[in-house]
Amino acid sequence: MLARAATFAIDGVDPRQISVEVDIRGGLPAFTIVGLGDAAVRESRERIRAAILNSGFEFPQRRITANLAPASLRKAGPGFDVALALAVLAASGQLDPRELARVAVFGELSLSGELRDSPGALAIAEGSRRAGFKRLIVPWERAQEASLVDGLQVVGVDGLRRAVDAVNGIGVPAGLDRPVGGHATAGLAGPDATTSTPGPDLGDVRGHAIPLLALQVAAAGGHNVLLEGPPGTGKTMLARRLPSILPPLTREEALEVTRIHSVAGLHSAGLIGTRPFRAPHHTISAAGLVGGGSPPRPGEATLAHHGVLFLDELSEFARTTLEALRQPLEDGHVAIVRGQRALVFPTRFMLVAATNPCPCGFAGVGDRCSCAEADLRRHARRLSGPLLDRMDLLVTVHRPSDAELRGGTATTSAQARAKVSEARDRQAARLRGTAANCNGELDARLVRATVRLEGGAQTALGRAYDTGTLSARGRHRVLRVARTIADLDARDRVTEADLLLALSLRQRSAGDVALAA
Amino acid sequence: MRDEPMSGACDDCLARSWLLERVSGHLAVARSRIQILLGLDDEPLVAAVAPGQRREILGELARFSAEKARRRAETSELELLCRCQPRYPPRLRALAAPPAVLHVAGGLERFLSACADEPVAVVGARRASSYGLEMARALGRGLSASGLGVVSGMALGVDSAAHLGAVEVHGPTIAVLPGPADQAYPASRRQMLRSILRTGSAISELPPGSSVRSWSFPARNRTMAGLAALTIVVEATARSGSLVTAELALAMGRPVGAVPGRTTSPLAEGTNELLARGAHVVRHAGDALDLLFGAGERSAPDLRPPVSAHHAVVLAALAAGEAPGGAFAAAGLSPAEGLAALSALELAGRVRRGAGGRFTVVP
Repeated sequence: MLARAATFAIDGVDPRQISVEVDIRGGLPAFTIVGLGDAAVRESRERIRAAILNSGFEFPQRRITANLAPASLRKAGPGFDVALALAVLAASGQLDPRELARVAVFGELSLSGELRDSPGALAIAEGSRRAGFKRLIVPWERAQEASLVDGLQVVGVDGLRRAVDAVNGIGVPAGLDRPVGGHATAGLAGPDATTSTPGPDLGDVRGHAIPLLALQVAAAGGHNVLLEGPPGTGKTMLARRLPSILPPLTREEALEVTRIHSVAGLHSAGLIGTRPFRAPHHTISAAGLVGGGSPPRPGEATLAHHGVLFLDELSEFARTTLEALRQPLEDGHVAIVRGQRALVFPTRFMLVAATNPCPCGFAGVGDRCSCAEADLRRHARRLSGPLLDRMDLLVTVHRPSDAELRGGTATTSAQARAKVSEARDRQAARLRGTAANCNGELDARLVRATVRLEGGAQTALGRAYDTGTLSARGRHRVLRVARTIADLDARDRVTEADLLLALSLRQRSAGDVALAA
Repeated sequence: MRDEPMSGACDDCLARSWLLERVSGHLAVARSRIQILLGLDDEPLVAAVAPGQRREILGELARFSAEKARRRAETSELELLCRCQPRYPPRLRALAAPPAVLHVAGGLERFLSACADEPVAVVGARRASSYGLEMARALGRGLSASGLGVVSGMALGVDSAAHLGAVEVHGPTIAVLPGPADQAYPASRRQMLRSILRTGSAISELPPGSSVRSWSFPARNRTMAGLAALTIVVEATARSGSLVTAELALAMGRPVGAVPGRTTSPLAEGTNELLARGAHVVRHAGDALDLLFGAGERSAPDLRPPVSAHHAVVLAALAAGEAPGGAFAAAGLSPAEGLAALSALELAGRVRRGAGGRFTVVP
C-alpha cells in the first residue's frame, strides 16, 4: 500500500517542499530510504522503527520503501523523521492516508517517540502556507514561531501519538488564530513577542559627542561607518548601540530576520523584534562571513540582514575575506553556487568597522605614537580597497576627558531613533520608485537627481574639490552624507553648514590622503 | 660644443660624471670618506677606490663618448651645465668638490634664476613628527611665496613637506636628487616630482640611468649646502644626515638656522644642539628673510584667509592641543556646529587632519 506525507527541507534560508512516499508490500522485512539523503536521513530508519514501537503502534514486518522527492535535491538532517513515520503508519493502515495528505509536518524523532526541537520552523510554516496546506504539525517548542505565519493552523505536538491525533483532527480547535499546544515556558517570550528586548542604550554613553552625532547620521542615511581610534576608547561600545537607534523592524523585516535566525538554529521562540548585531572575530573565513559550506549555511553577513555587521580590528581580517563582502555590500544579497544550483542569501546590513589609527594604535595621542610615515602609509594601504569605498563616514573616537565622563548624556536611544525614523521616512518618500531605499544606497546618478545644494554649499564643495583634498568618488560620498544631514533637520536643500559637516565626517580613503600629501 | 654657448657641458666634465656612476659601487664601500674622495681627480680617484680594476676602468674612461652622454640627456629631457661654464651657480662653485655636471630637469633658466635669488635649503628628519612636517611645509610656503627657491632633497618627511609648501603656492623650488634628475627617489615620490617640475626644477650630478647608492646621500647633501644661501634644519635626531648638510654649510661660512623643538623629543636633539652652538632660531619664514636681507627688509606674504571670531576660538583651542570635542566645548559650539567650523578651517588651510583624527594648526 502507498502513502504520502508532505514536509519541507531548508535550502539556504528558503523552504523547499519534499514529498515523502512510502510503499509497503510483501517480501522479506526491509526498510529502504531512497532520494539523495545524507547519513542523518539513512539513520532515521532506526529512529522511526523505535519511535513507532515505543508509541504503541505496530511496525510492519514487510518490505518498506521510502522515497524523498524531488530526488535531485540533496536532503540533509533529521527533520524528515516525523513525515516518514506518519507515512509508514498510513501505508500500514494505522492512519488514514487521505487525512495525512492534507497536512504538512516536520520534526525529528527520538527513540521514545518524542518530537525533538528542529531549526527552521518559520521558513517551513511560510512554505506550508504557500503550498496551500491548512495545517502544519511541528515540535511543541516551535509552535509559537511557526504560528507567526497567518492563515495556517499550527499544531505543536510532543510525541508521535499526538501527531497522529493532530492529523486526524483530534484535539485541534477549528480556529486558526492561536497555535495549539504552544510553548509557554517562563523566561521565553510570550505569545506575541514582537516587543524588542532593549539592547544597550545611547543614554549610557558619557562624552563622545562627535561619534554620537556621526552614528545618528549613519543610522539616518544607512551609511556604512568606519570608526577609528586608539584601543580602549569605546569603538565597540559605540557600535553596539547602533541597532538601538535604527528604525524598528517592520513586520516583514522581523519575519525575515526570524526565519534566517531560526534556520541557523540561533533562535529560541517568538518573533525577533530587535535588529541583529553580529560581530564576528577577525579570524573568520570568507565562507563564515558570507555563507558557504555543504550544505550551504548562512554566513554572518546574512545573520546581520536588516541589522548591523560589526568588523572590529578591520585591518586584521584576511584580505580575501573582506573581498568576499563586496557582492553582499553591492547587491544586498549573496549567491552561493553549489553544483548546478545557486543559493541566494539576503545580506542587507549596515557595515560598521573599527580600526586603530596606525599600527601601534596611538596616533593622535600626544607623543605616544611611534609609527613612521611609511608605517602609516602601509596601514592605510591595508585598509584601502573595495570595502573602504563602500564606507561613507569616518568617525574618530577620542578618549573622553575626565570632565566629559562626569558630565551628562547627550541623547537617549529613543530620542535619536525618533529623529532617525523621521529622516528615513523623508528619504523613502523622495526615493519612491527608485532602486534605493536610503541615502546610503544612492548611486552617482541618483545623487545628481536628488541632492540639491544651496549656493553656499556649492561653493564649499567646489573649494574642497579644487584644493585637491577630495576625489571624485569622495565627492559623491560627501553629497550622500550631506543629504542625510539635511534630512535629519527636515530640509529640502543642503545648506553650507550641512555640507561642511558632511566634509568633516567623510571617510578619507587612501586616495584622498595621497591627494593631500 | 652645443648651440648655446652659455650652457652645456664639456667632454671632460661629462666623463667625470660618467666615472662617478662607473665606480658607484666602490664609492659606496668607502662612503665615510666620500667628501674627500669626491675632491680627487679622475685617476687618483680610481686608484683609491678600485685599485684592482684601475687599468680596466681608465680604459673605459678613455673610450667614453661625450656625444652619446649628451644625446642620452636630451632624450631624458635633461639640460646640462658643467662647472666650466660661467653660468654655473657661483655658490655651488665654492664647494671643495662641486658637481662636475648638473643634470637639470624642469628648465635650466628656471633653475638658474632660482639660484640667483638666495635659495634656502630646508632639510630634516625622514621620520618627522606632524609638528616638524607642518613647520617645514609652512617654511616652504612662506619662502617660496616670497620668491626664494626652496632647496631640499625630496626625501620622505621634512624634505617633501618643504617642497610641498612651495608647490602649494606655485613658487620656485629645487629638488636635489640622490639619483638621476629624471627619476623620483624614493620612487613613491613620482607624483611629487611631477608637481615640483611644474614651477621648480630637479637636479642631479649623476647621468640618467644611474643607480642610487649609499654614498649618493652625503654627496647630495653637499650639493644642497652648496646651492643654498641659508640652510635650515627642521627636525633632526642626534645623528641625522641633515646635520651633515648643516656642517657643510657652516664649513663654507654660510648661515645655518634651526627650528626649535621640545627638549624632550629625540627629533629635536639635533636641531636644539645646533641652536645651542649658535645656529639662528627660525620660527617662521620671516626669521629666514630677516637673516638673509636684514630685519624687516623683506617679509613673507600672509596668504591665509582671515578667520571669523568663533572659528578663531576653535583654532586657539586646537593649537593648545585639545581634541576636537574639547575645542568645540571651549568655543561653546554644538558638535555639529563645531565639525562644520573645523571643515571651514580645513578648507581655509588653517588646520590639517593628521593621523588619528587629531587636527594640527597650520603654522
